[in-house]
Amino acid sequence: MQVMVNGQQQELRPGATVASVVRSLPGAPEGRGIAVARGGEVIPRSAWQSTKLRDGDQLEVVVAVQGG
Amino acid sequence: MTEPFVIAGRELHSRLILGTGGFTNHDVLAAALAESAAELCTVALRRLDPAARGSILDVLDAAGVEALPNTAGCFTARDAIVTAELAREAFETDWIKLEVIGDDRTLLPDAVELVAAAEALVDDGFVVLPYTTDDPVLARRLEDVGCAAVMPLGSPIGSGMGICNPYNISIIVEQARVPVVLDAGVGTASDAALALELGCDAVLCASAISRAHDPCAMARAIRLAVEAGVLARSAGRIPRRRYAEGSTSMQGLPLFESSDTAQ
Repeated sequence: MQVMVNGQQQELRPGATVASVVRSLPGAPEGRGIAVARGGEVIPRSAWQSTKLRDGDQLEVVVAVQGG
Repeated sequence: MTEPFVIAGRELHSRLILGTGGFTNHDVLAAALAESAAELCTVALRRLDPAARGSILDVLDAAGVEALPNTAGCFTARDAIVTAELAREAFETDWIKLEVIGDDRTLLPDAVELVAAAEALVDDGFVVLPYTTDDPVLARRLEDVGCAAVMPLGSPIGSGMGICNPYNISIIVEQARVPVVLDAGVGTASDAALALELGCDAVLCASAISRAHDPCAMARAIRLAVEAGVLARSAGRIPRRRYAEGSTSMQGLPLFESSDTAQ
């Protein structure tokens, strides 16, 4: 299935979860400082493992940067 | 050290909040942070960049400074709300510096979207610190929907033009029942001092420090200016008047007769 992750198309196996996608991203912080939204809905960290992705999902994975 | 002020029940001892935008690297940021003595400093949220080296959160943790996430780059209430929710999840804080920009050339806030986003976020339990214009009516509206502070601009973000309308800032201070933080426009130390002299509780400052020729020296200068401003405010300045008022008594002034006029 095709999932858009931070604007990049990714081919994922069926059953892929938010947790598995985050783990696959280089540079993703282990603990605090990262958050995920799917189509404008924030997915809390506690639900990453249980949230299965669907074909066509759009994920935004964000971290802290300098700003403001 | 100046008297603490309180936002949403939290005592803050430093009246300088540092914005982290514009620093050339994390080392310069860390050094400026130390000079600024700030306790809070803003961070933004962006897509994870696999090429990025080091996290800004490590810099803040090492300095013992807390992150104040912002919604920089948001142009609608909806985007700002989702960004605030992401920030709460990422940083485990309910505090949010709310920015909803209406125009990408001036970066001025969109008043309508700002109030809508502020109201929704307050209802959702956030401690909302909105970046706003220097309009006293808008500041009151933001306070009325439950914002924990109001953060009027002195002049546009990054413009360094200082406080363009000190009269409006004074009115905002007079009427506010929540802390007032001057956010945006500070170009140098005297601008920060003026903000505190006008009665603002604190100053939020990024570009003036991060883009100064020597960011560390400017961080120190602005920290001292903020302290000076607080002292000057409490000391009570003299009123402005149109004509001079001599400070030296005229009593006992000696008279010198010129030899030309003497008979």
